Amino acid sequence: MLRYTINRVLLMIPTLLGVAVLVFFLLRVVPGDIVEIKLRGDGGSVTQETIDMERKRLGLDRPLYAQFGTWMVGMATLDFGNSMWTERPVVTEIAGRLELSLQVAIMATLIAVLLAIPMGTMAALFRDSWIDYTVRILTIGGLSIPSFWFGMLIMLTLLAFFNWLPPITFTPIYVDPIANLTQLIWPALAVGYRYCAVTARMIRSSLLEVLSEDYIRTARAKGVSEKLVISRHALRNALLPAITVIGLEFTFLIGGLVVTEQVFNLNGIGQLFVQSISRNDFTLIQGMVMLIAAFYVLVNLGIDLLYAVFDPRIRYNA
Amino acid sequence: MTIAAPALPAIKTRQPSMFGDFCRQQPLGAVSFVVIFAMMFAGIFSPLVAPYDPLEIDFASLLGAPSWEHWCGTDAFGRDICSRLIYGSRTALVIGFTSSFAGSSIGAILGIASAHFGGKIDDWIQRFVDILLAFPLIVLALVVVAAFRKFTIGGVDVNLIVAIAIPIIPRVARVVRAAALSVRVMPYIDAARAAGYSPTRIIFRHIAPNVVAPYLIMLTAFIAQAILAEASLSFLGLGVTEPTAAWGLMLSGNAADFYRQAPWMILFPGIAISLAVFAFNLFGDSLRDYLDPRFKV
Repeated sequence: MLRYTINRVLLMIPTLLGVAVLVFFLLRVVPGDIVEIKLRGDGGSVTQETIDMERKRLGLDRPLYAQFGTWMVGMATLDFGNSMWTERPVVTEIAGRLELSLQVAIMATLIAVLLAIPMGTMAALFRDSWIDYTVRILTIGGLSIPSFWFGMLIMLTLLAFFNWLPPITFTPIYVDPIANLTQLIWPALAVGYRYCAVTARMIRSSLLEVLSEDYIRTARAKGVSEKLVISRHALRNALLPAITVIGLEFTFLIGGLVVTEQVFNLNGIGQLFVQSISRNDFTLIQGMVMLIAAFYVLVNLGIDLLYAVFDPRIRYNA
Repeated sequence: MTIAAPALPAIKTRQPSMFGDFCRQQPLGAVSFVVIFAMMFAGIFSPLVAPYDPLEIDFASLLGAPSWEHWCGTDAFGRDICSRLIYGSRTALVIGFTSSFAGSSIGAILGIASAHFGGKIDDWIQRFVDILLAFPLIVLALVVVAAFRKFTIGGVDVNLIVAIAIPIIPRVARVVRAAALSVRVMPYIDAARAAGYSPTRIIFRHIAPNVVAPYLIMLTAFIAQAILAEASLSFLGLGVTEPTAAWGLMLSGNAADFYRQAPWMILFPGIAISLAVFAFNLFGDSLRDYLDPRFKV
C-alpha cells in the first residue's frame, strides 16, 4: 500500500508540471498583455515609452524562459508572485475569496449528495416506474439548465415572493450564521442542482448494474431480507463509482461558481477568475489555474487511494 | 432449346430504414430530434422566420411586455426578443456544432493514434490528455479565451470555437482510445495485418469504422456542452459580443437590472438555452442506447 501511495504521489508531479508549462505558454502565444489593457483600456493615448517602462517593471520584457524560470522557482518556495493588476500577492488575492467559494462548494455538495443518493436509489429500485421517469427528467434537466440561469430564476422568485435581493456584502458564518446561510444557500442550490443530477444518474446506473450481479441473486436466494440486500450488498458496491463522481464533480464546482457568483454578486474565486481573465492578469490566472489543477490532482489521488483500500487487486497490480 | 427461366416475381425488399428504426426504438430521441430540427430550421432561415430585425432598436417600445406584436416582449433597447432568440439559435448552432465537431474529431484522431501506436506515443498523448482533463470545460475555455483574445472570421467568433473545442479534445480522446483498444485485439485486425495491409489502411478501414459509434455519441453530447459553454462565456462577457444575438449574451449585463420590470428578458433566453441543451443531451442519450447500449459517457 505504501509503495502504491508513493507511486501515485510521484505521478502528480509531471501532471502539475505539464499544467504549468501549458498555461504559461498558452497565455503568451498571442502578443498583447495586461499593460495595454491597463494603460490603454480607457481609450487614453499612451506613448510606447510608457508602455515599455511598465512592461519592464512587471518583468514582461524578459525572455520567456527567464520569466518561466522565475515563476517555477517562486512556486517551489510557494511564492506565486504578485497580481499584475493589483500588485498584491496572488496568494493574498486568492485567500481573501477562498472562504466564500469553499463554503458555497461544500453546501452545494451536501445538497447534491443528500438528494442524489435517495433519488438515484429509488430510480434504480423502481426502474421504469413513474419514480424512475421523474428522476430521469429531473436529472436531465439538471444537465441542461445552465446553473447561472437557474440562479437567476431563484433570484426572480425570491424577488417576486419575498422582495429579497442578495446582500451586497458577504457575512462570514462565524459572524452571523443566519445571515450567512440565507445568503449562500441560493447559489449553493443553483450550482448543486447539476451536481445532484450527475451524481443521481451515476448512482442509478451503477446500482442497476450491481443489482444484476450473481451475488445479489445469491443473497436473495439464501433468504436475506430485501432491505439488507439493498443496503449491505447492492448499495455498498454501487457507491464506489458514485464516490468518484462526487469527488471529481466537487473539483469541477469551480466551473459552476465562475458563472453563479456573477449572478449572485458574490466576490469569490469564480469572480476573481473571470476578472483576471478579462484583465489578462497573467500571474493571477496562472496562480488560479495551478490551484484548480492541484486541487483536482489531490482529489484524484484521494479517490485512487480509496479504491485501493476497498479493492486489494488495485494495490497489488500497481 | 432453351429453357426460359421463370420470371421471378419482383420482390420488394424493404430496406429497413435506420431513421424509422431509431424513432420506433427511441421515442424520446425522436422528440428531441424534432426540437433540434426546429432549431436548425430557425437558425438557417432566421431572416424568413423572425418577425423583426434582431438589431432594430425601437425606442417607442422599451422593455415591452410579451404581446401580439412582440411574442416574447422587447429588451432594454426595444429590440424584439423573439427575433433575437431565433437569430441566437444560429449563433448557438454554428458555435456549438463547429466546436464539438472540431474537438471530437481531433480527439478521435488522437485516441485512435494513441491506441494503435501504443508505447511512447501512447504515453505522451495520455500525459497530454491527463493535463487537459485537470480542468472543468468552462475553466479551460476561459484560459484559451484569455490566450487568443477576440478573433472573428466572417462574423463568426473563431476564438470562441477554439476555446470550446480544446477542452472537448481530451474527453473524446480518452473514450475513443478505450474503444479502439478493444477493437485492436479483435481477430479481424490480426487477419488484416496477416494479409499485409498497411497501418494506414488498417486504421482507416478497420479500426476507424468500429469506433464511429462512440464518436457520434460523444459528438452529439458535446454539442450540448458546447452550447452551454458558449452561453456561459457570452454571459460572462467573454464570448459573443453585442450587438450579435446570442442567448447567453441576452442574459448578461443589463438583463439582470430589470428583474422587476422585465422578467421576460430573463425567462425566454434561458428557456431557449435549456431546451436546446436538453434536446441534444436527450438525443445523445438515445443515440447511445440505439447504437451501443453498453457504452457509457
